[in-house]
Amino acid sequence: MADPAIAQIEDLTFAYGRQPVLHGIDLDIPRGKVVAVMGQSGCGKTTLLRIIAAALLPTRGRARVLGRLTGELDRDALYALRRRMGMLFQFGALFTDMTVFDNVAFQMREHTDLPEDAIRDLTLLKLEAVGLRGAAALMPGELSGGMARRVALARAIALDPELILYDEPFTGLDPIAMGVIARLVRQLNDSLGATSVIVTHDVAETLPLVDYVYFMADGRVVAQGTPAAVRRSGVPFVEQFVSGATDGPVPFHYPAPGYRADLGLAGAA
Amino acid sequence: MNRSTIDLWVGVFVAIGLGALLFLALKVGNLASFSTADTYRVDAHFGNIGGLKVRAPVKSAGVVVGRVADIGFDNQAYEAVAVLSIDARYQFPRDTSAKILTSGLLGEQYIGLEAGADGRMLKNGERMRITQSAVVLENLISQFLFSKAAEGGDAKGGK
Amino acid sequence: MRAALIRLGAAVTSGVWRLGYASRFFVYLLAHSGTALRRFRLTVREIYFAGVLSLIIILVSGLFVGMVLGLQGYDTLQRYGSSEALGVLVALSLVRELGPVVAGLLFASRAGSAITAEIGLMKATEQLSTMEMMAVDPVARVVAPRFWGGVLSMPLLAALFSAMGIFGGYLVGVVLIGVDEGAFWSQMQAAVDVRNDILNGVIKSVVFGVAVTLIAVFEGYDAPPTAEGVSGATTRTVVTSSLAILALDFVLTALMFTGGN
Repeated sequence: MADPAIAQIEDLTFAYGRQPVLHGIDLDIPRGKVVAVMGQSGCGKTTLLRIIAAALLPTRGRARVLGRLTGELDRDALYALRRRMGMLFQFGALFTDMTVFDNVAFQMREHTDLPEDAIRDLTLLKLEAVGLRGAAALMPGELSGGMARRVALARAIALDPELILYDEPFTGLDPIAMGVIARLVRQLNDSLGATSVIVTHDVAETLPLVDYVYFMADGRVVAQGTPAAVRRSGVPFVEQFVSGATDGPVPFHYPAPGYRADLGLAGAA
Repeated sequence: MNRSTIDLWVGVFVAIGLGALLFLALKVGNLASFSTADTYRVDAHFGNIGGLKVRAPVKSAGVVVGRVADIGFDNQAYEAVAVLSIDARYQFPRDTSAKILTSGLLGEQYIGLEAGADGRMLKNGERMRITQSAVVLENLISQFLFSKAAEGGDAKGGK
Repeated sequence: MRAALIRLGAAVTSGVWRLGYASRFFVYLLAHSGTALRRFRLTVREIYFAGVLSLIIILVSGLFVGMVLGLQGYDTLQRYGSSEALGVLVALSLVRELGPVVAGLLFASRAGSAITAEIGLMKATEQLSTMEMMAVDPVARVVAPRFWGGVLSMPLLAALFSAMGIFGGYLVGVVLIGVDEGAFWSQMQAAVDVRNDILNGVIKSVVFGVAVTLIAVFEGYDAPPTAEGVSGATTRTVVTSSLAILALDFVLTALMFTGGN
């Protein structure tokens, strides 16, 4: 009986050394859905993604991914788990010393014993899915940002993973490229029967695309639900975030002593 | 940069690298002579070997005919034992003498062989009977001073 | 005063800690070198980038060093009437010392810094993390081939340096100045011993190769993933490698070339 949630985070606390980043997070990633984790820079969402990817271990609490507790894995089990996941890093992180084709074929060559022509066919299939079969012979340095992101996406799904993780996939892209990536995220998730988690702060592109949203602020989940429910929720942080207002629960001014006193004006409070 | 070009250049690199090593070993060093020749070993006992080192040349009539293979110490007779490795092409009579000589005035020490007249030749493992130790400078000097002092004493005493 | 002492103590402590970390890294690297050796193609590629691309600088420098040795050597030797020993002087200087050491220093600055920069940049652009996420050990796949590529290239480069240097000495001594050609080569052959001189020189170059390449890959792997981090690591590679070569040279020379029978 397959677990309804592909990843379960229970009471998760995480600190980098003395620096606490996540406080008592509880969230589930339901199977087969596209889930967004949104918040400001520094709210801990990328750290959360890394914990799901088992790149970081919880300081307290549990992270259960694809049926295994990440804290219990030895190196072989960890690598076995990672082969069932795909991750798209910010800006793509393509291997700069090999062609687009070799980048996508990388995992197949490393982890399978498939003959070269099988690998060739599969690689071209993946590239076709993201629309870049014609760019197979190019080097990463010759690609635009959007194309590089798409190649990285093709590479992430090379072994048909069950869980796909996206770290800020829309950063630095033009509207056309953003639209392409958004469409691909949804399409690939559904055609592969996988689950996707997107960490982002791009509201406009993401909310129409996903099935479920978690909002984070200061290392805590402050709101969750379907995009429609969340928009109606009335949580002040969510309202400010979604509308992009300059002042609200997240203040405009960094805390500072009195303005008149700072300027040395007479009669200051 | 495709694979076959890289392979080609790496092959060239390794080839010339090994070629340089070979050049050094053969043309620059002394690999070509001696190490693969057949040799037989004889030993020689000396009262004092001075500065003789292992791998020092063994010469006869100024031509290198072998090398010093090993240097040891005879704890019974309190003598130095030098094992000589001589090229099998050259045979020496049993009464050949071995002397420790110096090349040049202050150069390296080597063993010089002077052939004797015996009909029978030295065989592997035999011992050279006639040897002459190295000249030790300090002994020479003290000998000289001692004989000078003795001369002076005689002259005074004789008056 | 106190602050300076505290900083000194902290520097020494962190230096020792780093040395321990580097040693563990070295052991891990050796344990995971299987891929680099089984898929030799990866290592061949690194031999190209470390060895072949260093050829020009090694050959040219070797030639010039040999020529200078010829000039300086002749100038000094002919004062004592020993100009025929020029071949011996040039050959022994190169084979025992200058070949391994100078080739090592040049290798450190050209290939060592390139390796550090490459690995550091891969780390900074998250390529190494990507590999980790793909369940491919970056040490086995990226670091080990570069290590073995450097170790295999160094002795060849040192031999090429010495050979070019001897040729340079020959050019200056025999062709230009007029030292007797026969004496040049025959005295050299008599004085240079394959076991004691050439083999020891090769051993030195292997040791230097291990030291320089290890420092280069370690600094790259450990570099902070920023622009300043990578550039600092590259500088550290060149400085640390050079010091290591000179210190190891002293130790090896003392072990190899002194002592009695």
